Amino acid sequence: MLANVTLLLPELVLFIGAMGLLMVGAFATTDATRVIEYGAISLLIIAAIASWLKGDAYPQLAFGGAFIVDAFSAFMKTLTYLATAVVIVMARGFMQNENLARFEVPVLMILAAVGMGMMISANDLIALYMGIELQSLALYVLAAIKRDSLRATEAGLKYFVLGALSSGMLLYGASLIYGFSGSTNFAGIAESFTAEDGILPLAQVVGMVFLLAGLAFKISAVPFHMWTPDVYEGAPTPMTAFFAAAPKLAGMAVFLRVVISAFPDALAAWQQIIIFISVASMVLGSFAAIGQTNIKRLMAYSSIGHMGFALVGLAAGSQDGVAAVILYITLYGIMTLGAFACILSMRRDSGMVEQIKNLAGLSQVRPFMALCLAILMFSLAGIPPLAGFFGKLFVFHAAIEAGLYVLCVLGVLSSVVGAYYYLRIVKIMYLDPPTDEANDPMPRELSIIAGILAGICLLFFVYPAPLIDLAAGASQALIAMPAPEALLTGLFGPTDFR
Amino acid sequence: MTDWPILSTITFLPLLGAFFILLIRGDEATVANNAKAVALWTSVVTLFLTGFMVSQFDGSSAAFQFVERINWLGDGVDYAMGVDGISVLFVLLTAALMPICILASWYSITHRVREYMLAFLLLETLMIGVFCAMDLILFYLFFEGGLIPMFLIIGIWGGERRVYASFKFFLYTLLGSVLMLLAVLVIYWQTGTTFIPELMKTAFAPDWQNWLWLAFFASFAVKMPMWPVHTWLPDAHVEAPTAGSVILAGVLLKMGGYGFLRFSLPMFPIASDLFAPMVFALSAIAIVYTSLVAFAQEDMKKLIAYSSVAHMGFVTMGLFSATVQGVHGGVFQMLSHGWISSALFLCVGVIYDRMHTREIAAYGGLANRMPVYAAIFMLFTMANVGLPGTSGFVGEFLTIIGTFQVSTWTAMFATSGVIFSACYALTLYRRVSFGRIEHEGLQQIADTDRREIFLFVPLVIATLIFGIWPMPILDITAASVENLVSNYQDSLSTHAANALLSSVPESLR
Repeated sequence: MLANVTLLLPELVLFIGAMGLLMVGAFATTDATRVIEYGAISLLIIAAIASWLKGDAYPQLAFGGAFIVDAFSAFMKTLTYLATAVVIVMARGFMQNENLARFEVPVLMILAAVGMGMMISANDLIALYMGIELQSLALYVLAAIKRDSLRATEAGLKYFVLGALSSGMLLYGASLIYGFSGSTNFAGIAESFTAEDGILPLAQVVGMVFLLAGLAFKISAVPFHMWTPDVYEGAPTPMTAFFAAAPKLAGMAVFLRVVISAFPDALAAWQQIIIFISVASMVLGSFAAIGQTNIKRLMAYSSIGHMGFALVGLAAGSQDGVAAVILYITLYGIMTLGAFACILSMRRDSGMVEQIKNLAGLSQVRPFMALCLAILMFSLAGIPPLAGFFGKLFVFHAAIEAGLYVLCVLGVLSSVVGAYYYLRIVKIMYLDPPTDEANDPMPRELSIIAGILAGICLLFFVYPAPLIDLAAGASQALIAMPAPEALLTGLFGPTDFR
Repeated sequence: MTDWPILSTITFLPLLGAFFILLIRGDEATVANNAKAVALWTSVVTLFLTGFMVSQFDGSSAAFQFVERINWLGDGVDYAMGVDGISVLFVLLTAALMPICILASWYSITHRVREYMLAFLLLETLMIGVFCAMDLILFYLFFEGGLIPMFLIIGIWGGERRVYASFKFFLYTLLGSVLMLLAVLVIYWQTGTTFIPELMKTAFAPDWQNWLWLAFFASFAVKMPMWPVHTWLPDAHVEAPTAGSVILAGVLLKMGGYGFLRFSLPMFPIASDLFAPMVFALSAIAIVYTSLVAFAQEDMKKLIAYSSVAHMGFVTMGLFSATVQGVHGGVFQMLSHGWISSALFLCVGVIYDRMHTREIAAYGGLANRMPVYAAIFMLFTMANVGLPGTSGFVGEFLTIIGTFQVSTWTAMFATSGVIFSACYALTLYRRVSFGRIEHEGLQQIADTDRREIFLFVPLVIATLIFGIWPMPILDITAASVENLVSNYQDSLSTHAANALLSSVPESLR
């Protein structure tokens, strides 16, 4: 039992810490928001370090195989926790200016992060569902945290209703899979889910489709993307930054783990699903973003497109592919957080602005901010030598290796279309004359964050080896390392009642 | 030869200069002056280093020289730099044009000077990198990276329709290049390496070659540009500032031809042979059609842009003739077009700076007021036409000879293009320089000043010397070109022998 607890340590730290902070917030006589923010940031950093240190190459299981800790989970959790911490830092100024500085916000973000940690380490359908719900419930509240704003509450409600629908689909799929394989454990599912005479059991395939649909909703892949633009636009901007980064990292991680460890023999079945949602996401993400005037909506379509590109690597179904997805999603997280650090700086005397045209002439008024945003936009467009290019390079390489030429051609063509709208932002910042009302200077913490993240994108090509090696190590843990058999009892045990 | 990584130094020195420009503080005028000075000095030092490198280059060897190779992305993708007889002169061309560009913008760029100089130095690094890269992915990195500064140069300092032109330039080129990226990945997957010398030794399966060739062609044909994907070029040229046009015509267009030489011909000889008739047809159309289009232009820059497309037609035709003369001619034509078209754009820039119009009809009789300018302009007009004695002649002549051995028809059309080029170039010259001064504003126009003459001097010298005595260039390229052509013919004959063998029934072998 103690071993179980030590494996769970990062999540326990966060969870107990969140409870403690909640108590502080509830019973403090003065406004403790500031203290709670610092507390939340330090908790997340401790959790990130703790999960990093747990990342042995060999997987370890806890709670009868429901919870897994390996190099993959360690890497993804570290990223997710760090991303959450960065968002808390970024949110501070905005929340104060908008009178949203409530102590519940950082606590809810930590709770969401715990849910993400659970998702990333889930090795069992029950644990997976628990993680997803813990994360989602916190996110629904965060989307609607601006209670008296019509758009924010609409965003929260929309997110909740569609999220509940997707959870329903996920549960339905999970129950089908459990019913036909007799196990909720991924390894147990994988064992029973084998092709007989080349034909997969139909009910299980149906279950898998439902499960994948539920997961696709969480990463906002087409055709389950409809909530994304509205929620991104309606939610307060720091929350949008949070939605765009951390849950996407965790969602993609759980997508990878489910597909790779629960359905290894059904590659042909899920590959076509992934190919479809990947192509649909890339194409829709590119074309739909062209007409956007609101930068948050644009970022929503951009993230839909990027999920499509990341899934190209998964469609390959190889270890290289998984490594490419991990690298891609990491770089995506960096670029998106950087872009949102700039978007959060779009403030004028009259308040926050979020129209793309408000960036006009930014390069002459706020050259540093314009430079950071331009680097990030070129990087998101995948123009070498910036980091985004390497993400695309590796996912397409994996897909080429798997012989998915049509997917690759469609992918690169939609990346050209996507380049158009990223370029448009650069054009507005650099080519258009400034308008009368100038942007306020960037707040210090935002300019530091944007500068560091843009710097990473700019200089990634100089020494890319560490991140590439980490991604390769994480993918190896996921795809090639067998889980220790002895512990695979599962929550409900390997009952054989078929 | 020392171990000093001279190619990396040349490549990244401009970036260092750009970094210093970024650090300059002060009011606008100080920043502008210092930025100009730093940019000029950086590019001059780069030019000297490049000159030193070329002087150390061993022209008798076809091998890559000054090779640097360190681990980069792992698994066969290295940071590898090196030059051979084909690429070394392009490095020199780039380094030589850059100080000219910066001097040419000395007074004409008045706003956002710091960013302008930054963009140019960044562009120099990326362009030199393209010609030095010995790894496919590294090549792609430099090749594509160049889009960003060029986009900004056209977009920020361009003319009226600069936004349209810069987007068109960026998206056209990107569209071609992403297909090349997929081909690069296919090559990497099949061979496990992207090290160019190793890839040159690899024999790709013939049906794969066709697809790979087409993907590379998509990128280089747009960059070259070949008919019918040339339409971005006139727009980009017209809208770009003078120095931007110079770099575009002088160096960026050469990347397409360089790509054909470096990748298409040596790596996919069978496909190159298969598609050569198509390239010939497109080249012939480019030469005749764009010459006629050039004849109809009212905008000087547009006219020269179309003439560039026509001249690039000679290059593609010569390269894909795959004869020693043709390839030599193609390389020579690219280099000579590099300085001739640059000079022509500078000529337009000189009068544009004075009159702020590029309409041909707005000029006339300049020879009366600007004798020196008229003489320089005439020299380059003649060089553009391909008058014997100028370097333009050597390239065109060699490509036509080379092509004549392979495809008589193409050579015939190409030769007619020489006549057409005389038509439009001489008409342009007559309308601008001769006759009486009829426009009020031209009465007081001043002749070229010292700075402008200084810009033209190296270009005039290159045009005349290499027109009369092209051997210094041909000596450097000879070994590499001959090696390329002989390898190409060898693999074709091997392929033909294999095809013949497989057509013989099993029992008779």
